[in-house]
Parts: sequence; C-alpha cells; structure tokens
Amino acid sequence: MTSLWPQIEPILAHVQKPARYIGCEEGAVGPGSLAGQVAWLLMYPDVYEIGLPNQGLQILYELINERPGARAERSYAPWTDMEAEMRRRGLPLFSVDSHLPAGDFDLLAFNLSAELVYTNLLNCVDLAGVPVRAADRGPEHPLVAAGGHCTFNPEPLADFVDLFVIGDGEEVVGEITDAVQAWKSGGRTAGSRQRLLHDLARVPGVYVPSCYDVAYEGPRLVAVTPRYADVPEHVEKRTIADLAAWPYPKQQLVPMTEVVHDRLNVEIFRGCTRGCRFCQAGMITRPVRERPAEQVRQMVSDGLRRTGYDEVSLTSLSSADYSGIDEVVTGIIEDPACSGQVSVSLPSLRVDAFTVGIASQIQKVRRTGLTFAPEAGTWRMRQVINKLIREEDLYGAVESAFSQGWRRVKLYFLTGLPTETDEDTLGIADLARNCVAVGRRHHQGASVTASVGGFVPKPQTPFQWFGQDTAGELGRKIGLLRDATRRDRGVQLRWHDPKATLVEGIASRGDRRVGAVIEEVWRRGGTFQEWSEYFLLDLWTEAMAAHGLSIDWYVHRSRDRDELLPWAHISAGLHEDFLWQDWQDALAAGNVAGPEGHEHSTPDCRWTPCYDCGACTGYGIEHVVASPTPPAGGSQGTGQDLSRGAEVPVLLRLGARP
Amino acid sequence: MSKVRIRFVKLGKIRWTSHRDVARMWERAFRRVELPLAYSAGFSPRPKVSFGLALPTGHESVAEYLDIELVTEAQLDGESGIDVRALPGRLSAALPSGVDATAAEVIAPGTPSLQEDVASCTWRWVAVPKEGADLPWWSTDSWEAELSARVSAVLSASSVVVTRTRKGEELTDDIRAGIVTLELLEPAGLDPSHGMWLQAELTCWPRTLRPSEVLVALDPGLEERHVRRTHQWILRDGARREPLLEAYPSGATDAPHALERAS
Repeated sequence: MTSLWPQIEPILAHVQKPARYIGCEEGAVGPGSLAGQVAWLLMYPDVYEIGLPNQGLQILYELINERPGARAERSYAPWTDMEAEMRRRGLPLFSVDSHLPAGDFDLLAFNLSAELVYTNLLNCVDLAGVPVRAADRGPEHPLVAAGGHCTFNPEPLADFVDLFVIGDGEEVVGEITDAVQAWKSGGRTAGSRQRLLHDLARVPGVYVPSCYDVAYEGPRLVAVTPRYADVPEHVEKRTIADLAAWPYPKQQLVPMTEVVHDRLNVEIFRGCTRGCRFCQAGMITRPVRERPAEQVRQMVSDGLRRTGYDEVSLTSLSSADYSGIDEVVTGIIEDPACSGQVSVSLPSLRVDAFTVGIASQIQKVRRTGLTFAPEAGTWRMRQVINKLIREEDLYGAVESAFSQGWRRVKLYFLTGLPTETDEDTLGIADLARNCVAVGRRHHQGASVTASVGGFVPKPQTPFQWFGQDTAGELGRKIGLLRDATRRDRGVQLRWHDPKATLVEGIASRGDRRVGAVIEEVWRRGGTFQEWSEYFLLDLWTEAMAAHGLSIDWYVHRSRDRDELLPWAHISAGLHEDFLWQDWQDALAAGNVAGPEGHEHSTPDCRWTPCYDCGACTGYGIEHVVASPTPPAGGSQGTGQDLSRGAEVPVLLRLGARP
Repeated sequence: MSKVRIRFVKLGKIRWTSHRDVARMWERAFRRVELPLAYSAGFSPRPKVSFGLALPTGHESVAEYLDIELVTEAQLDGESGIDVRALPGRLSAALPSGVDATAAEVIAPGTPSLQEDVASCTWRWVAVPKEGADLPWWSTDSWEAELSARVSAVLSASSVVVTRTRKGEELTDDIRAGIVTLELLEPAGLDPSHGMWLQAELTCWPRTLRPSEVLVALDPGLEERHVRRTHQWILRDGARREPLLEAYPSGATDAPHALERAS
C-alpha cells in the first residue's frame, strides 16, 4: 500500500497532457491510506477529461467518503501513450488521489455511459492486475462492479463484471459497502468471494450474472434462470424517491486541467416523461423527480462561491421542463454575488420560443451557439418517435434565436428511424434550409449546423424490437443529405460514422455470447473505440465471424414479441405491455398519412392522466413536480393543436428552396 | 486604473499542469476572493490578467509573475479598499495547493509588461543520463571532473551550436549568447545515476533559452529533472533586478538544501 508516484513521475515528461494523472482537484479527498477501510476505486473507462466531470461518479465519491470505514478514490483510462509506458515498466493502473495500485482496492467500480467503452473496461481491469474474466478471480482480487445507463442490458459484459448496479446508486452503494465490510472482516477466505456475490445478488438493484444460468436453442435465448432459490428472477432497478434528500455533489471536483463540461453542474431533476420512443435515458430514469427550487438556488450559490466557476449548468434530460425554470434562472442571474459575470447553460433545450426566451436571458454574458434536437425531419417521422415538435414550434424557436442575436444554431437529428423513408431523411435538409431562411431575415451570415447520428435501438425502450439500419443504408442516407445540402452555404452537415453506429448496435442489444467478441477485440488492441483515430470496424466484424455470431442477426433483425430479450430479467419498471403497445402505436402513427397520426402519440404524464407504464406504480413512488401544469408556452404535445403539426409557415414554403 | 503585480510559486504535483491551466486557476481564485478585476469589453469579456513568460509544463518555479488590472473605482488602501499587502495570503487560500502567491505590489502606470521586460531567468535542475542513453563517461570516477570540463568548454567557446526539434522540424541555433552563467552545484545523490545539480542564468531574448538546450550542449544523452525557475530578471538603469522590489519572503528560499521536492 505505497504510493506509486515515484515511479509514475518520471513517465510524465514523456506523455501528452500529464495533468491527467496527477489528481490534485479541489474537492478531492487528497492522499490517504486505505487501511481498515472498504476501499472503492471509482473508474471511468475513458480518458480523464471525459471521465472527471461524470456526475454519477462524483456523487458516489462523496457519499462513500462521508461514510465511516469507507474510502473512495478515482481512476480513469490512461491514454495510449501512458498505457504503453506503464506496461513497459510493469506499472499497474493507479488511483489519481493517492496514486495507489488499483489492486489494493476492494472494488473497482465502473461507470458505463456508452457501449463503445466496453473494451476499455477490460483493459482497465487487466492493467489493474486482475483477471478479466470474473470466473478466474479469487478472494485476493477486487470485485469488479459497474453502474450507469448501459447496465440496463448488462449481458455483453456478464463474463467480466462481478456485480452490476441497476438504477440510482445513492442508496445501494451503502448496502454494498456493508456487505464488503463483512467479507473483509471474515478474512476473504477461499470460497468467500462466491458467498459474498450470492449475498449481493439478494440486494435490491444488484445483478450478479454468475448467479444466473443462460440457455439457448440455436441462436435464440430461451431462458435466464437464477441458480439459487433466494436470488430474484427479475432484478428491479433502484430509484431514489426524493432528490431533495440527496443534495450531491456538495463538493464538486474542480480539475486543474481542462475537461469537458468544465463548469458547475447542478442536477435540477432526474427522469423524463416526454416519452420519446428512441430515448433510453427517458425510459429508464422515470418518474420525474424535481429538486426543490430553493435547494437548487442554494447549491448554485454555494457551488459558485466554492469553485470560482463563472458558469453553471442546470442539468437534467430536458431542463426547460423544470417547474419555474424562469424564476430559478432569473434568481441566479440577478444574484448580486454573481455580479453579472455568471452564465447559465441549459443542456437539452426544448424546441420552442419560450425556451429561447430563457436562453437569451441566461446567455447575456457569453453567447455561444444554441442547440435544438428536433431528431427527425418530418412531422410524420416525429409522430413515430413521439417527439411532437410542430414545424411552427421549430421555426418559432429559430426565429426567436436569430432575432435575439444568435447567428448560429445547431440541430440534432437521427437517421435510420423506424418507418423512415427518403422523404423523411431529406426532410432534415429542408428543415435546416428553412431555418437558414429564417435566420437570413436577421443576419446575412446566419448558419445552421445539422448534426446527424445513426439510430441505435436501445434496450428497455419501445424501439427495442426494431432492426437497425445497416451501415451501408445509413451511409446512403447521409449521402442523400450531403447531396441535398451541398450547395447551401448556410447549412453545415455533420454526421456520425455509420461504422461506429454498427458496433454500438452489436454491444447495445447483445447477449452473453457477445462477451467473447468484446474480449477478442480488446486482446487485439481495440481500446478507445469511441475515438475515431482508434476505432477499427474490422476488429469487430472479424471477431463476430470468429465466434460464429451474425451481425445481421444481432443488429439488423427485427424482433418478435415472443422473443426472450437478453435484458428481460433486468427491469426499469416498465411493463412489457406498455413498451409493446407504444411500439405498435409508433408503427400505426407511421402508417397514418395526415394529421391524424398524433392520435397514436403518448402524452407527457406529468400533466396528463397516467397511462401506467409501470415506473411509478411498481415501486410505490410518484412524480415530484412543483407545478401540476405544463410549462408556459406548452409544447411538444402538451396543450397544443397537433393536427397542425406539419404546417409550414407560408413565407417559408414560398422562399426556401435554393 | 490600478495595476498590481503578483509573484507566485508553482511546486509539487501541480507542476504537471500547463500555462493555460494555471491561467484558469488564477481566474477562479480571483472570483473566489471577489477581487474587482477590470474586464475586457466585447462579446466575450475576459478579466484583464497578463501572465509573464510561460513556464514549461513539468517545471517548478518560485519566481512566477502576473499583472492584474483592477476596475477604476477600486481603492487601494487597507482602510476602505483592497489591502495589497494582505493579497498574497487571501489569494493563496483560494488557489490550489502547490500554487501560492508570495508577494504583491502596485506597479506604476506605464510599467512595461512582463513579456517585454524580463531579460533573463535563473534555473536550477538536475542533469541525468536519458533512459537507455550511452554515456560511458558518466559512470566513471571522473564524471564530475568531466562534466565540469564540459561546462568550462561551453563557457569559453565563442559559439555553441545545438539542434533542437520544434513542431517536428529540426532547428539549428547558436545558444552561446543566451547562456549568461552556468555552474555545477553538487551531486544529487551518492551515486552518479542520481545526477548533478546545475544552475544557469539564461536569457529570454531573442527567445527563451531552456535548460534542456544547455544539456544538449553538454551531452545530447543528458536530460533534465526537477527543473525549477528561481528568478526572473529585468534591467533597470543598467542594473539587474527582479520584477518586484519586495525582498524574497523567507519561505521561498532557493538554497540547494531546500530543493527537496514538494510532492
């Protein structure tokens, strides 16, 4: 248990961005000892500047360190240059707080926010000196744990991770600490690891893959069966009922070097019931739980004073939906302590003029770009995905933005959505072009960036049965858009690599057999697959073929209702009936040509009657919202005439074509 | 409009942060202590802070400087306004561990900027053979004498041409004029492999000469460790002095015995 710093330091002069490895953040626990503590190493399996801001890990870091008898430190995936030096010198993965070897900790706990980091998880476990396969680990090895959104289909990593936490981690982290404490005081004897994992499998929200047997008939999964009578058949996610009881992080880490989201972040609510059918985050985090406005104000003012940041982000899945967002934002801007120098950012802006009004108020200090996510180019397509933004809402929002001084607007779209036709795809170009036309009335240089991502169907959503577009088809659609926007100087098209979308598809809906593929890609050097300079499609296609797995079957095939899905034993609370009905409604909306498509929409249940998706009733909790009415200006299907959703303002219809 | 010049140190693990990182640390610290900094006008207002010479990432220093400009209304007496003598303490409390303000003084209007004023810097560092380098003379009993002879040779030469790589391009320079002084201090350990402490004053014009370039002149197989800037120098009325008049605080001594690492 001695610090590796003397061995690490001589490497630092020879690697890029050495500050990734020094720790020293304000708010960090600082160097210390693990002796007599349940020691967690919280890991983000990507590079420091991506991983440090992760709010989930920062919350757990504080909660564990507040707990007597427990200590949490942090680690991130070393960049490839650092890894090469570490492997050459036989240096293991280390924590950035005390620079202790990862193997000295009792748990290596990973946050999984994206599928393409899976090979990095294996690499970090290996760098820690721990066998990558759970079955090869003994009582001397740390437990490998994982949490985060990807764990709603844990199966691709089932062979490598000892335990998964499903859902909110705030409460269960204490229960796991207690169980590990008991294991340590029992001396971690031979066979004790299996007994501990069996105990953990009975903790609500904890999934221990080794306690479940999986059976196949041919390619099809036919059963996932608990190996013990006292282990649940279905693992239900954990949900904290009241966000106000968890005002964390209280000591947000202030890094010494530049990271993404380098600002104060205050979570204003968790969960979203807009009901966008493609959105996994919105489905698995229900219900909506708002933080009281007074607590938000307190966390913002304490946080700004403590950190010295001049920017605060009010985070959630759709921040303009927060009850009284106006008052909270005004309160921050007008706080004398902020002396006019603090800017506020709202991620995930809703698309309407009201939202832009707030945005103009909060970006007085530094006006960056505005981003909206209409997600699809036609009203028909938006009804299929249940993102009920009418044409007039979008143009109203864009008009509002350009008239208030913005010159650049960014729009996010998905392509490869269920029932999508070329007309829908090309609708993206029309929409972007129309937005430029709106902007040109205010500035000659108005521009719109259309960012297009390939759609990956996600587990636990109504689209989980849908066959993903092939990389070739996605490439063709992007080609259509490139041709359609080539001569529009005001429209910049950006797109996500369809090959990376394909690999995301393999991992997203894979079963346990995909684990061997992930391992092989890692063994052949395929780390940092989220980074285009390291992404290698061939590693994945070759590994799939080598293990006799069909990409077409895993990725591009539509599933039937009677198919046992690999994540069916993991529950986000949503009834399968609800998900299936919502999927059928999506297809029905796609078949209705005309204004009646909205009859198949699913309204936001914060402000309309409950349709019993299961997320509240199953856990005896409910929405926590300060206001029973939709936000001012009501939008996205609340209090609006959806029969006019496809109407384009006359002015645009006449003048927008190039 | 008042300008204040601040001297600060950068020691320990935090030396692995960049010049830009340090600038951000200072901006956060100024906001924490609510110092009434003047801001630039325009679309994206920034506080008026100007840093002196960049310190290479990984090097320590007990002689860093920056100038700040306060808003016009700011009072600079201890009674009703900002007590400049108390500033180093207040700022140090708001700065991360390893970066501390050690002195602050109001500077006269029209004082040249640090960038244009600083003429040379004094550095201390340890020279060691690079990993895997072939330096047979370094492991003999006469290594100190040999190194000393090489230092003398550099100092008595009229031209010292070295090659360095900048942005992937090989550049050849005569660095002799940039070396004001160069001396051996003492071995860094009992064994030659621990290296030798060196001290040099190197000029900043026409460009900042770095300790690593001096090592190339001694032997290209050497590299620098534990580099610390101990002084920056400006020229006034033909004499050399530091950018702040205030004497060194006792905590920031640069005697060799105080060169133990802060981390």
